[in-house]
Amino acid sequence: MSESTTKQDDIVAIPLRHPWRWVSAVFITLVLGLFVYSLVSSPNINHDIVNKYLFNQKVIEAALLTVILTIVSMTIGTVLAIILAIMKLSSNPVLKVISSGYIGFFRGTPLLLQVVFWGYLGIIYPTIDLGIPFTDMIWWSEKTSLVFTSLVAGIIALSLNEAAYAAEIVRAGILSVDQGQAEAAKSLGMSSGYTLRRIVLPQAMRVIIPPMGNEFISMLKNTSLLQVVAVMELYARTSQISSQNLAQVELLVVAGFWYLVMTTILSFPQSYLEKKFGRGFNPAEAQKRWLGIGSKGNV
Amino acid sequence: MSQLMVDARRVRKSFGSNEVLKGIDLQVAQGQVLCLLGPSGSGKSTFLRCINHLETINGGRLYVDGELMGFKERGEATYELKPSAVAKQRSEIGMVFQRFNLFPHLTALENVIEAPIGIRGLKRSEAVEKGMKLLQSVGLGERANHYPSQLSGGQQQRVAIARALAMEPKLMLFDEPTSALDPELVGDVLDVMRKLAQSGMTMIVVTHEIGFAREVADRVVFMDEGVVVESGSPSEVIDNPQNERTKSFINSVL
Repeated sequence: MSESTTKQDDIVAIPLRHPWRWVSAVFITLVLGLFVYSLVSSPNINHDIVNKYLFNQKVIEAALLTVILTIVSMTIGTVLAIILAIMKLSSNPVLKVISSGYIGFFRGTPLLLQVVFWGYLGIIYPTIDLGIPFTDMIWWSEKTSLVFTSLVAGIIALSLNEAAYAAEIVRAGILSVDQGQAEAAKSLGMSSGYTLRRIVLPQAMRVIIPPMGNEFISMLKNTSLLQVVAVMELYARTSQISSQNLAQVELLVVAGFWYLVMTTILSFPQSYLEKKFGRGFNPAEAQKRWLGIGSKGNV
Repeated sequence: MSQLMVDARRVRKSFGSNEVLKGIDLQVAQGQVLCLLGPSGSGKSTFLRCINHLETINGGRLYVDGELMGFKERGEATYELKPSAVAKQRSEIGMVFQRFNLFPHLTALENVIEAPIGIRGLKRSEAVEKGMKLLQSVGLGERANHYPSQLSGGQQQRVAIARALAMEPKLMLFDEPTSALDPELVGDVLDVMRKLAQSGMTMIVVTHEIGFAREVADRVVFMDEGVVVESGSPSEVIDNPQNERTKSFINSVL
């Protein structure tokens, strides 16, 4: 393509003007600019405090803990979600009902409530015993508060809650795969487990990954709820600092900055995974990769 | 007569209260090519799916290579087979679907080698070598690394045939293999099937390709409303049908 492709009968028209596009763009830019200026120039926000705590070691450690909490809870939640989804799709009515009940319960109560509940587990079960139920045989016993530390309680709360949401995402993904795929797999002598692992789930991933990206980012932000059970993640740490120096807004800016950095970084793996599991589904893109490799003619 | 590959005796199949197969008696000898004709809804596809136990039959007996499909008999009682035993039986019967059903996330070659490696435990290098030979034999050696979405319908169906053959089946089932294809692509697929028939493979083909049936089939069976209406050599059933229903069907598709 070059400018020489212009032919004599091409239409040379004066483009339609769009004055309102300009007006609205200028207006919105002005309003935004004023807002940013008001923040930067505000005497009520102490920028020295923001700068001081932005790269404070305690803050960075708390941000790291937030990332670890997110990854651990997300991993446990996803594994549970796959199990729940398979249970809900199984033909065993008991498993179906249990899975639906689980999903209903954990989606139906606030996450904050669940976090606090797991934090209070020691009140319901003061000790944890390992033995034979309804007998006096006990091999191992420990105080609940020592096993279910606030960190463990927090991870359990986040994972169990995530499992309920992710289960429906996984189930939707599995249902999106054409029935003919499982049939073809069966006809080749594949077991249902093998079919799920090698044929159905890899294709379901294409549908599962975009909403799971959402879940990942939600999870990262929801870790801030663990403040109520005294897990020193990012939000808890910054509010602890601000309760001492009374610079609430400044530390919210610090926390917000790191949350933004983390959610931005965590969205990179998503596009990689989408490409990986999208292979074979985008003919144009795949064609580029194979261009010139052993392809002669069209049919 | 040589050994029976498929032996169906009074096979019945219902979906709810709707009886789709009303006692099918059908025998296919080893190496024979049988074409199943019939109007849609006649039960021919359902019968095909019963042979490899994709559908469980409600009555009668269905043997493949002398083995009862999906069940075992001990004395008076009949037991359902375990899924692993059914899978083993299925792995010896190839099936080709109307809609191809290739695995879209795998390349043509990966489609062909998946089951031999994962189910039969073949070494990868061995499976690849065999898979490439099969793809070449269906004329797609050059397309081994293409994904199904980059292949035409006819090419996809030929890969599907290669995929089924990779398990070295003793019987091949074709469920309207050319019905979803553009007319100009049908020929390539029929060529592959013709070659396969000549190589001595036992085949049951549900098809509307009367020309193919006349040329390749050893025997043609006409089904309607869940029963076998007429059966015989292609010249008997296609060129000189006795039954009225067969006559009107043949006239409508020719």
